[in-house]
Amino acid sequence: MSTKEKKLNSERLQRVIELCKSVEERGVDPFAVDVDDIIATLHKFFPEWESTEELTLDAEAVQYLASVIQNQGDWVKHRSTSLYTDPFLLEEKIQRLCKEELATLFTKVWNPIIELEQISIPSLSEALKYWNELIPISERWQNFGPMQVEAGATTLEELVRLKIMAERTFREELEAFWKELKQKVGENEKILYWDFVGADTYSETIDRAYLTSFLITYGYATLELHPLEEEIFIKPFTEMKSELADKMMVSVPISVSHEEWMRWKEEKQR
Amino acid sequence: MDEMERGETKMTRKAYYARKIKRAAQLLFYKRHMKPGVKGWELKNALGSDYPKILKVLDDHLEKLDLQVKTVFEGEEPTGKPTLEELNKARFFITLRGGLPSKDAKMMGWRIDDIAGLATAISYIISKKGKAPRDEVEDLLRTKLPGWRVDINMRRYIRYGYLAEDENEQLYLDWRTRAEVDQKALVDLLLGTES
Repeated sequence: MSTKEKKLNSERLQRVIELCKSVEERGVDPFAVDVDDIIATLHKFFPEWESTEELTLDAEAVQYLASVIQNQGDWVKHRSTSLYTDPFLLEEKIQRLCKEELATLFTKVWNPIIELEQISIPSLSEALKYWNELIPISERWQNFGPMQVEAGATTLEELVRLKIMAERTFREELEAFWKELKQKVGENEKILYWDFVGADTYSETIDRAYLTSFLITYGYATLELHPLEEEIFIKPFTEMKSELADKMMVSVPISVSHEEWMRWKEEKQR
Repeated sequence: MDEMERGETKMTRKAYYARKIKRAAQLLFYKRHMKPGVKGWELKNALGSDYPKILKVLDDHLEKLDLQVKTVFEGEEPTGKPTLEELNKARFFITLRGGLPSKDAKMMGWRIDDIAGLATAISYIISKKGKAPRDEVEDLLRTKLPGWRVDINMRRYIRYGYLAEDENEQLYLDWRTRAEVDQKALVDLLLGTES
């Protein structure tokens, strides 16, 4: 079977499913569905189905067809019971009768359920016991508001210790770092990246790498890359070059992992 | 001596049933759950496996008060004599045996509009083989009742358990209609009225 034919047959199955669904969901007459014809159709298409979707569609069609057959059975069963009556005749009767007549008729066949509610001494006693043991609502629903603290004075050192404020402004810190770079470079004009960034501890190395990235971004220094030798140099500028901010910048990712820091440390110790 | 023994056994059995009937009446009359009535297995636990016999005796006593023990089975009503298993799953209620004068219905909190609406809804659903779309039922009610009252009443009928609605907005008769309403008698009465 060609793809086009398969698509047409799938659509036909979808229509069958929709028709069967309408019987169940919208109360369409179940005998309006030609069950024999649909079964023959499903039987004819079934050998052609290959994919999971096609087989699922087929199973769905069979399932909905089964529900239509059940609806047909229910219809016959209902018809054979004493409750069957011509719906149009009943509707006509309902329309013709006034409210009072309908209510009078209904009360003749209506036997309401009798049910009583009553409190007893044992249940009252239990309820009183529960009441006595119940904690007052003011205790159960305690609202823990925010702690009130008296306002006081603090020092700059305390704020620095709490890392709320920095000892120096970031600019000051960056310029001090730039000065350190220029001193380390000396007359060589450049220094290996790891020789400048590397420190005794890994966390300090990260801090230095972080500041170095700002040195380069803000125009205090630049990078010199030698990809064949896998070397990166930092070259400080004598003056900060602010015009670099207007030019198109390129990002250079540099890994500062713990393994690399360990490797650098071992090489340095050698 | 044998007669005395027989006499004593008779008294004991009478006392046994008297005790059981009282207990059954308490269980059936007093509201215990969200729904009124008691499940068969609850009666079995409280009264023993011969509870159907006890209920029959209670029903005979209640007849004098125009009350009755009504059984509503889970699913379809069994065609022949119900088995103990079917009875255990069924729900038992105390209902009025005879009809109710319509003016007394007011004492139960039902206005004439409400009863007429309920009668119409139930009859229409019966005529549609037990299931009808909600909007069709509401349209029919709106021909005689104000729209706002139809909305309130539909919610009431569903809340009380007279009608139920499925996910496809189809209404069907619920447990309370099966317990309280003689559906065949209602249809016969309606058809018997002159057009």
